[in-house]
Amino acid sequence: MISSSGQTTAGPWVQATRALISNRSAMSCLGVLLLVILLCVFAPFYAHHIARTDPFISNVAGTLTVNGQETDIMQPNDNPLHLGLSPIGPTWHPRSYLLGADSQGRDLASRLLYGGRNSLLISFSAALLCIIMASAVGISAGFSGGVIDIILSRLMDIMWAVPVYLFAISLSIVTITQGLHIGPITISSNSLLVPIFIIALVYVPYAARPIRGRVMTLRNAEFVLAARSLGVPEYRILLRDILPNILPSVIVLAPLLTALALLAESSLSFLSLGVQAPAASWGTIIQDGEGLIYTRPMVAIAPGLAIIITVMALNIFGDGLRDALDIRETSRRNG
Amino acid sequence: MNSPLLEARNLRKDYHLPRGQTLRALDDVSLNVNAGEVLGLVGESGCGKSTLGRCLLRLADVTSGSITFNGQEITHLKQRTLRSMRPQMQMVFQDSYASLNPRRRVGDLIAEPLRVHRRKDGSPHGREEISARLSELMTLVSLPEAALLRYPHEFSGGQRQRINIARALALSPRLIVADEPVSALDVSVQAQIVNLFSDLRAQLGLTYVFIAHDLAVVRQISDRVAVMYLGAVVELGQADQVMHSPAHPYTAALIASVPRPEISGSARNPVLRGDVPSPISPPSGCRFHTRCPVAQPRCGQERPELRELTHGHHVACHFPIA
Repeated sequence: MISSSGQTTAGPWVQATRALISNRSAMSCLGVLLLVILLCVFAPFYAHHIARTDPFISNVAGTLTVNGQETDIMQPNDNPLHLGLSPIGPTWHPRSYLLGADSQGRDLASRLLYGGRNSLLISFSAALLCIIMASAVGISAGFSGGVIDIILSRLMDIMWAVPVYLFAISLSIVTITQGLHIGPITISSNSLLVPIFIIALVYVPYAARPIRGRVMTLRNAEFVLAARSLGVPEYRILLRDILPNILPSVIVLAPLLTALALLAESSLSFLSLGVQAPAASWGTIIQDGEGLIYTRPMVAIAPGLAIIITVMALNIFGDGLRDALDIRETSRRNG
Repeated sequence: MNSPLLEARNLRKDYHLPRGQTLRALDDVSLNVNAGEVLGLVGESGCGKSTLGRCLLRLADVTSGSITFNGQEITHLKQRTLRSMRPQMQMVFQDSYASLNPRRRVGDLIAEPLRVHRRKDGSPHGREEISARLSELMTLVSLPEAALLRYPHEFSGGQRQRINIARALALSPRLIVADEPVSALDVSVQAQIVNLFSDLRAQLGLTYVFIAHDLAVVRQISDRVAVMYLGAVVELGQADQVMHSPAHPYTAALIASVPRPEISGSARNPVLRGDVPSPISPPSGCRFHTRCPVAQPRCGQERPELRELTHGHHVACHFPIA
């Protein structure tokens, strides 16, 4: 019912934002995400001014000072014969190898932050690129229908039939040996654009299908028919009636796709098919830690934890976003 | 007698279903709508009245037949060409909520037709002109101007239907096809909306095709009534004629089935037995013969044509009720 006051009601977007802000778990997850991003952004600051190391240069012969004592970075193993060397473990001292060193004597904490930069950059860009491509595919298939829909949908089905990781791994193997050539543009095989593009591509069917479904529902919605009966041109119906109504579904996909992309990036990098040395990512650091799993498990655990925390925060935030954007829900609450 | 504003000749509409089946939603429908009159369209659910309404405005394509609006053949016009004629013919839908985009404000929704159509002199509608027209429309449908700033979900069903009507009126159409505009509303609100339709018609000289399954509603507003059964018009005539002396057994049964507040010793038997046959495989001959109380062998073989019984009263029956 309308009230007699001439006040404007908040639009659906404002209402959704308010609902999101009042959702505590979503907001704390957003806080965690921002903290992770902030830490990774300040990776060079930490490496140069706090840890004072270069995390990209091997430092097996180096020493560091812990509690006034000079210690070798590579230390003899604790086995009875003291055979072999292991990197130093966590000192829990931010100025000297907080989380210890990796097998090449590099500061793990700094590498973790630098790795996070790449992991986050790749997953966010891949999710964004994926959403753009999937929206283009989903909207053109859903709105045009007919032959265009059949071609695009079957193409998506074919991609869907190949397991995501298998698809990503095969694409990576090809691009890592040859680089990527798209028309006049050549992307070298160690560019971050390669994993971004591959991860975005393999998830297109997963995002395009729900978008197409939503557009098809809306295309036959009564308010679209009403617009048509008013003589509204098709492009305007698409722009003013359909797009604003699919935007929530697209936005809801974003955090979930970012989480998937982060996992895919880490997996590819773990298999040496993503970020290439000397650059780091959480996946490559886990790979570094693989050989040290019995002596210095921290090298694998730290990036693993970073991935788990980020993915969980993204998923819980995504849930909150979905609840906030559910317009049917809000209208029922108010109506 | 006025000249027909809208003329439909032998309309046929087939839907192709999977497994090669065909659903004939409209089967040889012909009717006229005269300028200034209200033509009521009644029938049970699924008889094709909504399909007919949509086909008349070319919101759905007909399989064959012809539609003439204001003397111009529009059956095969391209949607682009048709767009310039849209201001003259509008539609009001049954579901008042589904027919309004939930993400746009009421003012934005009603202004949409004014924004996409130019004035008669070819110039676009100005900003102030649009806002003046919006207040005018709100007065016409008795809604406060504050409603323009709100979203559709903030209104009741009746108010939303007023919004839909305001939007349909924005471009001053000549014809409005109202597709069961009151069936989703509470009975008390139904009367208000039907009265609004009547008032607007008197004020603006509108022509309506008023679709409903409620005979009382149709009787109240219509000048003429067309009764549909399984995709075909079975009776067409002046509202009084059709309602008081129905010639088709189906119309008679429909009227008899309206509950009447009278005290009688015994409950009446249901007049119609069984369900409406499937339009995928309609009965042979007269489509009503499977349920008709007065059916003869001839009815199962020969399909009755719509013929004029008395002046202006048409019926498709071999044995009309005298």
